[in-house]
Amino acid sequence: MMNIILSQTSEDPIYMQIVKQIKAQILKGDLPSGQLLPSIRSLAKDLNISVITTKRAYDELEQAGYIVTVSGKGTYVADLGQEMLRETRLKMVEDKMAEAVSAAKSLGLTLDELHEMLKLIYEG
Amino acid sequence: MILQLTNVSKHYKDFSLKKINLSLERGYIMGFIGPNGAGKSTTIKLIMNLARKDEGEIKVFGLDHAKHSIEIRNKIGFVYDENHYYEELTAEEMKNFIRSFYSRWDEPLFQRYAKQFGLPLTKPVKQLSKGMKMKLQLAVALSHQAELLIMDEPTSGLDPIIRQELLEILLSVIQDENKSVFFSTHITSDLDKIADYITIIHNGQILLSTAKDELLDNYGVIKGSKDLLSFANREHFIGLRENRYGFDALVENRREAAKKYGDKVVIEKPTLEEILLYITRRGAVHASSH
Repeated sequence: MMNIILSQTSEDPIYMQIVKQIKAQILKGDLPSGQLLPSIRSLAKDLNISVITTKRAYDELEQAGYIVTVSGKGTYVADLGQEMLRETRLKMVEDKMAEAVSAAKSLGLTLDELHEMLKLIYEG
Repeated sequence: MILQLTNVSKHYKDFSLKKINLSLERGYIMGFIGPNGAGKSTTIKLIMNLARKDEGEIKVFGLDHAKHSIEIRNKIGFVYDENHYYEELTAEEMKNFIRSFYSRWDEPLFQRYAKQFGLPLTKPVKQLSKGMKMKLQLAVALSHQAELLIMDEPTSGLDPIIRQELLEILLSVIQDENKSVFFSTHITSDLDKIADYITIIHNGQILLSTAKDELLDNYGVIKGSKDLLSFANREHFIGLRENRYGFDALVENRREAAKKYGDKVVIEKPTLEEILLYITRRGAVHASSH
């Protein structure tokens, strides 16, 4: 079951909010490969938004390889393959770490201090 | 294109529509907005061939609107603010009268909509509420299998619940990718959500016609102190308004503006209503400086 919650006040455009949420659910495995997704029109209707918005979201997801459209049949979650899934998830961790590192640098923390912090957090 | 206007003009003694251009594809909803008296109804009358254009070309379903007017009217559903039904007839009698004009009337479909909309078919039209009259017009439009719904201020005077219902119906109408909706309104919040395209008309001229997402994702309302204004940047501020404490305006690209002015200004995502207000204010300034 796909979940999408849209905010009218978010700085992210509506199509981007849809992209992010569907992507996250695919990566987490909540939307398994081969899963049929709603058509752009029925998604627009259910979310009470314009067709252009859902079309743009699906276009982005398709270009990034997360979904595939089989003409005349519908849109499905793509088979990302175990390797790509793992890589994408690793990339997500890397991105978060890069954020943490740049925050640490701006405060003048050393690598050792950061290691120590990471260790504490990791070991909970 | 299901609807295409090219350089359409119409001159009245005290008002002119000037070189109107707009086009709408099948499967989409276009909101047509502008202040009262901007030319919305005149444009719709021209499309419906209820008034004669002076110049330009109007094509509906790819056909010249005047030469093929009968064929076109069979496939257009027209819904408008004022009631044009006989007040004394019941809704059922009115429907039976209207259906005789259409070659593709689908009675079971009408009955289905009547049920879905909760239309009291045995009541005289004059006893129907405003919302019910609108729904009756809509049920009639949908039952003769109209491919293009043209609605002139269909939500004016309706409460928010019925307006929301109408929007949901319109979203269902376009599910088959074949039908389109052309919707004039001055209640822009109806369109914030469902419209695919927005066309703004003011003083008889189209100020813009574009995908709604483009507008809402890029434009911004900017507010700041007046010392930021210079001769050079003034022209980037649309509908600029100054008061003793600062200024506010619309910008076409809010991310660029944020980069340029940083935290010296407040920049917010606009609503359609704000876009309309600032853009028509600019229109007013331009008109008076000519």
